[in-house]
Amino acid sequence: MTDPTTDDLECREVVEVVTDYLEGAMAPGDRLRFDDHLALCEDCQAYLEQMRTVIRVAGRPVADAVPPETMAGLLRAFRDWRR
Amino acid sequence: MSAPVTGSAISADDLELLARLRRGDEAAFTQLVERLHGPMLRLAMVHVGNRAVAEEVVQDAWVGVLAQLGRFEGRSSLRTWVLRIVANRARTRAVRERRTLPFSSLDGLDEPGRPAVEPERFLPAGHRWAGHWASPPRSWGDVPEERLLSAETRAEVERAVELLAPAQRAVITLRDVEGMTAAETCELLGLTEGNQRVLLHRARSRVRRALERYLDETEVGR
Repeated sequence: MTDPTTDDLECREVVEVVTDYLEGAMAPGDRLRFDDHLALCEDCQAYLEQMRTVIRVAGRPVADAVPPETMAGLLRAFRDWRR
Repeated sequence: MSAPVTGSAISADDLELLARLRRGDEAAFTQLVERLHGPMLRLAMVHVGNRAVAEEVVQDAWVGVLAQLGRFEGRSSLRTWVLRIVANRARTRAVRERRTLPFSSLDGLDEPGRPAVEPERFLPAGHRWAGHWASPPRSWGDVPEERLLSAETRAEVERAVELLAPAQRAVITLRDVEGMTAAETCELLGLTEGNQRVLLHRARSRVRRALERYLDETEVGR
């Protein structure tokens, strides 16, 4: 490996802009620097994957069950509205 | 994955559902309630911060939905339209209860945030590789999927979300728990895109740290 140049992104910076990256909110030049860093840094690849995992695990897997009494009340309102 | 900036227009499925609703089709209404009641409740919660009040807001919002159904023009998805009604009512209710909107202070967005990762995990200044990982994250690629998606892991993530500052919690709840777009989230919470993104970043970074700690602790002796 060669020494980092001043133009290179540091891992410390990567973790602060990872959301901008995932949101597609980076200027093209910054995105290129990010991709360049990522291509050579397995640790930051792992970090990015962890962030994707966080998003996936946070997501609600199934629809919530609506309590029957709530549903019954809403259906009554719907019937009233129909009239 | 980049978030679309514009709100989604009404889909063909929505148009059909809308037509059935207007005809008074109860199955269509039941379907709508099942799909939207949970998201409505969680949106109301981030505004009013109290379960009982949030349930009243949602009840009230459903009345509003029915009252306005005939006038809905389909310029947004049915879900966005319904959630907008919830957000408006929740905001009004929060003001009436003299409760500051949880995210109106924006959680000190003007202040520099805490670093996403503990500074000591990077090599210090003066080191040849300063700013690069000293204690790198480990890949979660070897964590079994059933473990990542287990009730315990999900509960840990939920706990971490609960502990966030209100504005961060509101944004991550709508974005990652509910899967809303950035544009929807900005509209429903009254945030600019930039602020939404900063809050999302802080929230996700905190939750990642919690999940990392949890996985590391429980992987010991594996």
